[in-house]
Amino acid sequence: MNAIDVHGLVKRFGDKTVVDHVTMTVAEGEIVGFLGPNGSGKTTTIRIMCGLLTPDEGEGTVLGFDIRSDSLRIKREVGYMTQKFSFYEDLTIAENLEFVARLYGLKPLNEHVGRTLEDLGLTSRKDQLAGTLSGGWKQRLALAACIMHKPRLLLLDEPTAGVDPKARREFWDEIHRLASGGLTVLVSTHYMDEAERCHRISYISYGKMLATGTVDEVVRNAGLTTFVVQGPQLDRVAAALSGRSGVDQVAPFGATLHVVGSDRKALKAALADVEKHHKGVTVSPGETSLEDVFIQFMSDSKDNMG
Amino acid sequence: MRSGINSVFSFARLGALLIKEFIQMRRDRITFAMMLGVPLMQLVLFGYAINNDPKSLPAALVAMSSDPYTRAMVSALQTTGYYRFDHVVQSAAEAEFLMARGDVAFVVTIPTDFARRVERGDQPQILIEADATDPAVASGAISTLGTVANHALLRARGMQETAAETARGQLEVVVHRRYNPEGISQYNIVPGLLGVILQMTMVMMTSIALTRETERGTMENLLAMPSSPLEIMLGKVLPYLVVGAVQVVVVLAAAKLLFGVPFTGSLSLLLSAVLVFVLALVLLGYTISTMARTQMQALQLTFFFFLPSILLSGFMFPYRGMPGWAQIFGEILPLTHFLRIIRAVMLKGADLPAVATEIGWLVVFVALFAGVALVRFRRTLD
Repeated sequence: MNAIDVHGLVKRFGDKTVVDHVTMTVAEGEIVGFLGPNGSGKTTTIRIMCGLLTPDEGEGTVLGFDIRSDSLRIKREVGYMTQKFSFYEDLTIAENLEFVARLYGLKPLNEHVGRTLEDLGLTSRKDQLAGTLSGGWKQRLALAACIMHKPRLLLLDEPTAGVDPKARREFWDEIHRLASGGLTVLVSTHYMDEAERCHRISYISYGKMLATGTVDEVVRNAGLTTFVVQGPQLDRVAAALSGRSGVDQVAPFGATLHVVGSDRKALKAALADVEKHHKGVTVSPGETSLEDVFIQFMSDSKDNMG
Repeated sequence: MRSGINSVFSFARLGALLIKEFIQMRRDRITFAMMLGVPLMQLVLFGYAINNDPKSLPAALVAMSSDPYTRAMVSALQTTGYYRFDHVVQSAAEAEFLMARGDVAFVVTIPTDFARRVERGDQPQILIEADATDPAVASGAISTLGTVANHALLRARGMQETAAETARGQLEVVVHRRYNPEGISQYNIVPGLLGVILQMTMVMMTSIALTRETERGTMENLLAMPSSPLEIMLGKVLPYLVVGAVQVVVVLAAAKLLFGVPFTGSLSLLLSAVLVFVLALVLLGYTISTMARTQMQALQLTFFFFLPSILLSGFMFPYRGMPGWAQIFGEILPLTHFLRIIRAVMLKGADLPAVATEIGWLVVFVALFAGVALVRFRRTLD
């Protein structure tokens, strides 16, 4: 059974279609990265899945429960971590955890809260107001509160926004530890390195699911060709390249230029032309990165919007 | 271990919400102080300040002669307590000027031929000019006038003429001020203030209860966790019911100790009525909370409700003085019914049958607000 199995989800706010026929399956124990630019419908899709929003169209199950009629049971089995810290800043860490534990009917209360505090390494600071915690600690507290009731599915909405790299690394180690214990995780993110730590990724833009699969699959299926340009006066080379047919992206990476295009032939022709007119410039085949793919997706969808 | 997790209502979850709410209330020192301090402050301030029957009003006396009748009349007016003759002037023009400037509320003119007319039995007249820009100011002073003047004349004549003669043709006006024979404003104001203070604080506090969660972003989390609309409503409303109960005790104690307002009726009846009233108010506030998107909107809606409650409920202006449509409007305000109950119970000693209809109205409000709130509550973020 898939932990998430939804198809044709549509959500409109007014005349704006925020989620446009999204279909998604996530197998049990999988970590799936949910990617897409700001305002692409990631949060809305996650909210539909945890019963916070009713879809205008589409059907599906989460943990085998119908997303339309069984949202209360979904809520009990799912841990949802909101994008913005949404625990009570005027309650202490312990009080927040106790509140959550009581709502889920966890017994004995002290045992659950105590163990969670210990896991977090927050036992000594349990009487500190949650509002006084730094971003990284707030995130850890929120995660701890979400998994305290031992959910079978974790929905994380940009959990690492504004968190330093070390805390991010630790966070992901924790996610993998939880997944190895059988927990299914759907996590939305902007960060490419985080996407690469997922078993699979789904890319959504303007409400439409554009790609899904492992990182390699997504990169391969995007059908992009990448070349690396080296040499002097790369800014001039970049100016000469951009806008040419076949050249979709030109991006400086340190002392090199990353040139990406979907039409391999046209791209090659453009590069050969530039190589001829700029002395000392060499062109070599490069590896298409996930970021290249996403930027391609983003510019493509913008064109579609027009 | 999970128990009762699948039921629609669980006391454990309600308990979780209540504990959380009380902790937050305790931490929010200013609001907490406001909930207990403000009622007391308002009671003392308004209880002493508001007076529907103002006395010792500045007056000017225009008296040309100083015969015994004139003097008797002046002293009689002064002893009513309404008139304080700050100015004794010689001309009508001078008095006119004082009134135009607002220095005096009354000008009392006793004509020079006053004594002569009294002795001749020739319809003596005095002229009282009142500044009626605020009718309430003048009404008490004027209403006592006829009686006072006649009494004064009787006494003044009694000194010089026979008792038989003085009794002739004099009409005594009998005024009975029932329930409040001395016409003490506080007896009317203080019980009313309890209603107004409760209306103000209870509705305001609960009206921001849900919108605060929405604004702080905690609502999304609360909705994502297992808690039913009924639990959330009770979790928000019950703590404020407790606060309301404390306010009631504080205000009633102050009413007794500071203002000596009589408690004629049954205290338990009064407290039960107050409980129903407070419940109606917190539910009204909660209903507002389910409609408003921001705390600011919630406060605006609260005030939108507050002003008519003060003005049309009979707290500030006599209910019977309002036109029919306004009286009907007043009926749909919980405060109107509460004022009738508390005044009836405290001052008239009314028993349950006498106020049952009004309490019934409050119960209707409770049911109505609770129903609307539960229907309006957005279980989702749609």
